[in-house]
Amino acid sequence: MSGRREVWITGVGLLTCLGEGLDATWQHLERGDPPPYDDKSFAPYIVHPLAPVNFDKQIPKKSDQRQMEPWQRIGVYAAGLALSDAGIAGKPELLDTTDMIVAAGGGERDIAADSTILTGMRKVTERGAYLNERLMSDLRPTLFLAQLPNLLAGNISIVHGVVGSSRTFLGEEAAGVDAVRIAHARIASRQSELTLVGGAYNAARWDILLIFEQAGTALKDKFAPVWDRGPHGGLAVGNMGAFLVLESREHAEGRGARPRARLSAILSDRNERRPGDVEATLRRQWDGIVAHVDRAHAGIISGAAGLEPVTSAERNVLKDMGLPVRNTGTYIGHGLEAQFEANLGIACAVLEHGKLFAPAGTGDTGASPAGISQVIVTSVGNWRGEGMALVERAV
Amino acid sequence: MAAPSRDKLGRPVVAVTGIGVVTSLGVGKSDNWTKLTGGVSGIKRISRFPTEGLRTTIAGAVNDVYRDSMPPAELSERVALLAAEEAIAEAGIGSKGRFPGPLYLAPPPLEIEWRDRIGMAEMAASNADTGYPDLMRVANDFASKNGAFKFGIIGEHLAEHFGTEGSPVSLNTACASGASAIQLGMEAIRRGECEAALAIGADASLTPESLVRFSLLSALSTQNDPPERASKPFSKNRDGFVLAEGAAALVLENLDHARARGARVLGILEGVGEKSDSFHRTRSSPDGKPIIACVRNALADAGVGPEDVDYINAHGTSTPENDKMEHLGVSTVFGERIRSIPISSNKSMIGHTLTAAGVVEAAFTFLTLQNQRLPPTINHQIPDPGITLDVVPNVARDAKVNRAISNSFGFGGQNVCLVMALEPA
Repeated sequence: MSGRREVWITGVGLLTCLGEGLDATWQHLERGDPPPYDDKSFAPYIVHPLAPVNFDKQIPKKSDQRQMEPWQRIGVYAAGLALSDAGIAGKPELLDTTDMIVAAGGGERDIAADSTILTGMRKVTERGAYLNERLMSDLRPTLFLAQLPNLLAGNISIVHGVVGSSRTFLGEEAAGVDAVRIAHARIASRQSELTLVGGAYNAARWDILLIFEQAGTALKDKFAPVWDRGPHGGLAVGNMGAFLVLESREHAEGRGARPRARLSAILSDRNERRPGDVEATLRRQWDGIVAHVDRAHAGIISGAAGLEPVTSAERNVLKDMGLPVRNTGTYIGHGLEAQFEANLGIACAVLEHGKLFAPAGTGDTGASPAGISQVIVTSVGNWRGEGMALVERAV
Repeated sequence: MAAPSRDKLGRPVVAVTGIGVVTSLGVGKSDNWTKLTGGVSGIKRISRFPTEGLRTTIAGAVNDVYRDSMPPAELSERVALLAAEEAIAEAGIGSKGRFPGPLYLAPPPLEIEWRDRIGMAEMAASNADTGYPDLMRVANDFASKNGAFKFGIIGEHLAEHFGTEGSPVSLNTACASGASAIQLGMEAIRRGECEAALAIGADASLTPESLVRFSLLSALSTQNDPPERASKPFSKNRDGFVLAEGAAALVLENLDHARARGARVLGILEGVGEKSDSFHRTRSSPDGKPIIACVRNALADAGVGPEDVDYINAHGTSTPENDKMEHLGVSTVFGERIRSIPISSNKSMIGHTLTAAGVVEAAFTFLTLQNQRLPPTINHQIPDPGITLDVVPNVARDAKVNRAISNSFGFGGQNVCLVMALEPA
């Protein structure tokens, strides 16, 4: 394949606990204000709730909103922000060929219906028949549509008219990294010109916390920065939607679009998480990137979530990389499939403002280089999957 | 050394060198093909759980593989493993535990199962109403005995077992998922990222809740008796699809790489097209434009025209909506010629294998090309006067087939079409 093309990030759409849009998130990060979190609603678990948002602004039809559960509304909203930011929202001639890769988790459950069934189940002897009867009467058809992982992408097609293609990747953090990796590879090799890529996460729900409590990985009782949660640390899930518009440089220039940044490299891999595996994979990925790094003008945005031993493993590698480090998880929580895209978006803000944001916790080390022009973004999955990307000032 | 093979658009050619299949008809290509061309149905009354109170009580379950109380994640992984083992053995590629390329997997969407939810509720043994906080109390303890839920578990296990390269990609495009998995593999080989890729579709998620969900959308056939007659694509009395389980795997390989190692080339993946539909969450645009564009994109990607297609492996779900729209789509793309292009639906016999369907049906399409024999659309007793297609009614027949397409359409506006052909001389 001759001539790999340059890939630009021409749009960022971000919705986090810090607010709506990249600017709101950046301003909070720059000030280094304490992160908003909620330790009451799901006590003893800690979640980062979404900042107040008027969904009507990106999803004007109430009938569309009614067909979605929160994770889909969050995602459709953030996707709309990214399309607007890239200047392609409402332009059918561009949206008709815009590709889409969404990273999604499982859908949301009806907590009330599940609880009713579990309560009733104790009083019956014919459990199978009882389950059938309750499911037939209690499940809402629209809920099923919210449970299909690809229906975030489907709703983006319906609400925003993105209809070039639509693919949904599954599998937590790795899905987010691979979505960007494949979108990047397709554009670099001329398989696509313009791709919307991102994910969304609704953390403020019991069915999600149940999954992490099974694994014993949810942060409980006391909030602390990601780096300082101790050997029994956990992840504080965060509500977020994060979408990027990736575009070939020539396509962007052809329509006069400005780049927020260039996505120069992105790597993903897996290992079996034996002792030393995470470090080895991250070091190998860094080896693939380091030759392109100008140490005087580079920094790291870590996607560490506060889980051990992987957070310490990542921290060891970051130390050896020898660049200033900032983590976003302390501020915005951990948004699984959406986290990596959120961090790439925040990397764009770092490049535009020419500096790293305020440190939070003992692993956020080093002063921001003046005129930072390169950001390395990491992702270490809570169970599997490691990723690393290099984002650079484009012009 | 000979110049590298390139397709009409100058890209590496994607060959298929290994195929594996598991469906309700059985385990392995040979058994499946014999029954598929014999017009045998795999649809049976559900025996896995009580069906009292359900509107639909039949399914195409993989009873040959299912063992007592296997949850969907485990059963899906099992059928995926069986299919991939067959495909890799046939391809004779790599070495044990080392497949030289990435994995693209279309698994069912996973969730914590009712079995586990009920197990946690029992363990919590609360006296009052049972809610999620009760489950939370015992979740960690329960999981330490029964295993914790993991989203990406099937892909991770398969990647580990087969030693595929890089991060395994699990994807979902609803009922087009399998075709999307093949597409991702094709694209990676065309980019020159890899010489081979393993594409797997696997879905063995027959549970009360999965049935109920589709029931509530009125998507399932309720003609439960006799089960083998329920799936009747393109018939006037079709009334929904039959939920089914299955898996298939394809070893995709750069044609030159396959030839250089002396592999037997089973067929060529010449093209793939996709197009999303923004009309509705579960219905196709009434004008059929996205389906039409999808098939045209596939033909263009293959560098062929409508006149070059000899057979269509239909999505053919047996829902009133799908079959009508698919008819409209192919009639528009192929024009008058559609009357002489046979189009049959494997789902008449194996039901709808959901996320696996795209790979299962691509596998059967390659077998169709290899054997020069068209599997039938069974249960075609009452033709729909609005659908004027040669659906290969009820009985398989021999035919000359050099090139075929396979359609996959899914909820959420997903449309994917694959173009497949025999190896060029």
